[in-house]
Amino acid sequence: MVKKQEKNNFNAYTKAVLKRFTNPQHFGEIKNPDGVGQVGNPQCGDIMKIYLKVKDNKIKDIKFQTFGCVSAIASSEALCEIAKGKTIEQAKKISNQKIVDKLEGLPSVKVHCSVLGSSGLKKAILDYEMKHGKSSFKKDLGEKLYKKELEKLDKEANGEHH
Amino acid sequence: MGIFNKNKTKVEKVYLDNAATTRVDDEVVKEMLPYFTEKFGNASSQHFIGQEAKRALEDSRDVIAKSIGAKREEIIFTSGGTESNNFTLKGLFFSFGKEKNHIITTKIEHDCILNSCKWLETLGAKITYLNVDSEGFIDLKELEEAITDKTLVVSVIHGNNEIGTIQNLEAIGKICKKNNVYFHSDACQSYTKIDIDVNKMNLDFLTLNSHKIHGPKGVGGLYINKDVKNKITPLFHGGGHEFKLRSSTENVSGIVGFAKAVKLMGHKDVKEIGRLRDKLIEGILKIPNTNLNGPSGSKRLANNINIRFNNIEGEAIGGFLDSYGISSSTGSACASHSLEKSHVLTAIGLSHMQINSSIRLSLGKFNTEEEIDYVLGILPGIVEKLRKMSPIQ
Repeated sequence: MVKKQEKNNFNAYTKAVLKRFTNPQHFGEIKNPDGVGQVGNPQCGDIMKIYLKVKDNKIKDIKFQTFGCVSAIASSEALCEIAKGKTIEQAKKISNQKIVDKLEGLPSVKVHCSVLGSSGLKKAILDYEMKHGKSSFKKDLGEKLYKKELEKLDKEANGEHH
Repeated sequence: MGIFNKNKTKVEKVYLDNAATTRVDDEVVKEMLPYFTEKFGNASSQHFIGQEAKRALEDSRDVIAKSIGAKREEIIFTSGGTESNNFTLKGLFFSFGKEKNHIITTKIEHDCILNSCKWLETLGAKITYLNVDSEGFIDLKELEEAITDKTLVVSVIHGNNEIGTIQNLEAIGKICKKNNVYFHSDACQSYTKIDIDVNKMNLDFLTLNSHKIHGPKGVGGLYINKDVKNKITPLFHGGGHEFKLRSSTENVSGIVGFAKAVKLMGHKDVKEIGRLRDKLIEGILKIPNTNLNGPSGSKRLANNINIRFNNIEGEAIGGFLDSYGISSSTGSACASHSLEKSHVLTAIGLSHMQINSSIRLSLGKFNTEEEIDYVLGILPGIVEKLRKMSPIQ
């Protein structure tokens, strides 16, 4: 692992990153999405927006819009590849490390881009669950807990680079 | 990838990061080579081999001195711009800091000036960082008002490395002379691109550098006015090389290469670089929602372009350009080591988002019209694609 990291600090980007960055297949908007999640802010430099279409509890379609660098765009694309076809339960478990692994490593200063991906997806799933009454939160506390959870995910997304 | 117009397949690599460093001219390499082998002498040695190196060293000093209207003994060779800038500020402060501890500089200096100032602050220096306007120019009135009886030196970058702003050294020099303070300028980016006359500009110190002008890395120069020369404290103590100001066996091959690079840079090259710069700027600004950061025309370094592509990130544009063999940079090359936002673009009033949307393209004498056409053929497609990916419309 250490070796991998060192290698990345010199070469900056792996082939797996560059392939996804230059030729992403999942960018754009989904009309009438079932869930949307946006993370990041201009202060941090990157903004990532994830759109979901869900059918039979599975992610049928997923797209991204990203204002960001090479790693941010590649992370968005890798996330979509991983999440597509997964059940909601499986998708919730997608960690940023899964994205890093799919990309065969990211430069250490760019690992936060993968965190944007994993928290962006979680936020989109949360949005889907709230909109479609699938939330596990109790009804009366729903809105409050929902907001709390959103804040938590925003913190997670921004946390690594402050 | 069909949206890209890639008809100019003949072009393979386009280097547009000449503000970071330049390709060494073949003629420079040729001139340097004998000084590694048959003319390898130490310029301090009394024998023939040593004296041969000494002659080459002093001839090179002449070339540099003449190029800025200085005297031969007012030029010392250093390891580069960073050292020359460090030496000026620290050397002056070590000599005069007790009586005069105030340094005036600007918010758009290279990191080696800013970080030297920050360090000197820990030793008791007081620093004034002058503001700049939206094009990067300092306000001469603000400068004059900042000078006090404690002011030691005014240090202002000549041509800015990120946005190309050229400060009016002659006007600044007049103010410094009138107020009896030393005047230093960092001319790493402007040297040989703009005429410099140390007397007309009333400069006491001038930082020069070789690798930005198709010379080798690891060599630079510092002009020190003969009246200050015996007053400044050296950074390196040792055998007393370079008029006892910079001990260390001279890098003769590098210095010879530096001088050759200076001889090779002509007005004709600069004019042509400026023409290509304007063609590239004009073409890029045809892409919707783009802006030029910094001034235009003759107030801008002939080789510098800094463009803001609103709503998309500069680093992503750079990544795409790289995949087409085009080298660009976001901010300065040094800044890429960190994720910190550019202090220069901040100083001209850009927002975080605008800073992140900017890239720098810097030309050199080896760039061709064909390369510029190639870039202009590719860039609009890249911007269009990235804008389609962006959540900000």
